[in-house]
Amino acid sequence: MKSPISGLDVVWLLLLAGTAYTWWLGESGHAGTGTMMAILAIAGVKGALVIRDFMALRGVKLLWQAAVFGWLILVLAVNMAAYWNGN
Amino acid sequence: MSSDAIDMTEPDGRRHPPGDLAIWVFILAELAAFALLFILYGVVRAKHVELFNEMQLTLDRNAGALNTVLLITASWCVARAVAAIRKGADGASARWMACGILAGVGFLVVKGFEYSDKFDAGIGLDTNLFYMFYIALTFFHFMHVVLGLLILGFLLLKTLRGGYSADDHLGMETGASYWHMVDLVWIVLFPLVYVMR
Repeated sequence: MKSPISGLDVVWLLLLAGTAYTWWLGESGHAGTGTMMAILAIAGVKGALVIRDFMALRGVKLLWQAAVFGWLILVLAVNMAAYWNGN
Repeated sequence: MSSDAIDMTEPDGRRHPPGDLAIWVFILAELAAFALLFILYGVVRAKHVELFNEMQLTLDRNAGALNTVLLITASWCVARAVAAIRKGADGASARWMACGILAGVGFLVVKGFEYSDKFDAGIGLDTNLFYMFYIALTFFHFMHVVLGLLILGFLLLKTLRGGYSADDHLGMETGASYWHMVDLVWIVLFPLVYVMR
């Protein structure tokens, strides 16, 4: 018998958990390099889940995957580098 | 997790992205525009760290987090609507789509209250560099949510009229792909502008 829980539901719950943790990091006043890396890593995982499972790019032609995953990596990496440069 | 995907397998074993290929060119152009803004934000922030950290404290982080939950939920509902139509369940697909639209409208309402608070306090594009970026980034995104909701509304109406089926739902996949892009951009915007310091 097929489970009533879809893989999409699991992704949604993971996205909610990631959002809650990011919110908590902000509310508890955490700052600094370690926190910044955690926040960007969570954003990276959340973005990757949306790209892979909601946009359904898993298994599509590599060029399309590279373009969208590459966008996510580029934006987060540049902001990480800028953070190191500025703080 | 993408076992519901329709089979568009090419000889090399890989598929095209879901929906019309033209929307993906548009999505990439939109992502490029947001990337430019995000990169500019990071570079300018690095030169004005104290100002950005101080001003960030004046944002309503709870509203930002609530809006993240709403957009993630909207995206989940839309993904479920697509999964349902792939199985020919147009009633379930319409219900999921309607829930997605509700969550998206909720985002606009929360953002509207946020803007209203800021504008009432006399904050505008020329207040300082942080708020210039905050307003430019979030309003550019806000307009994408509005367009996305119009698209989802069209998809809902067409679904209710029986316009999509298990064999014919390219249009729904096309609109859904655009909506997920709007979600993806916010997933980066929220931590960057509201939390990271």
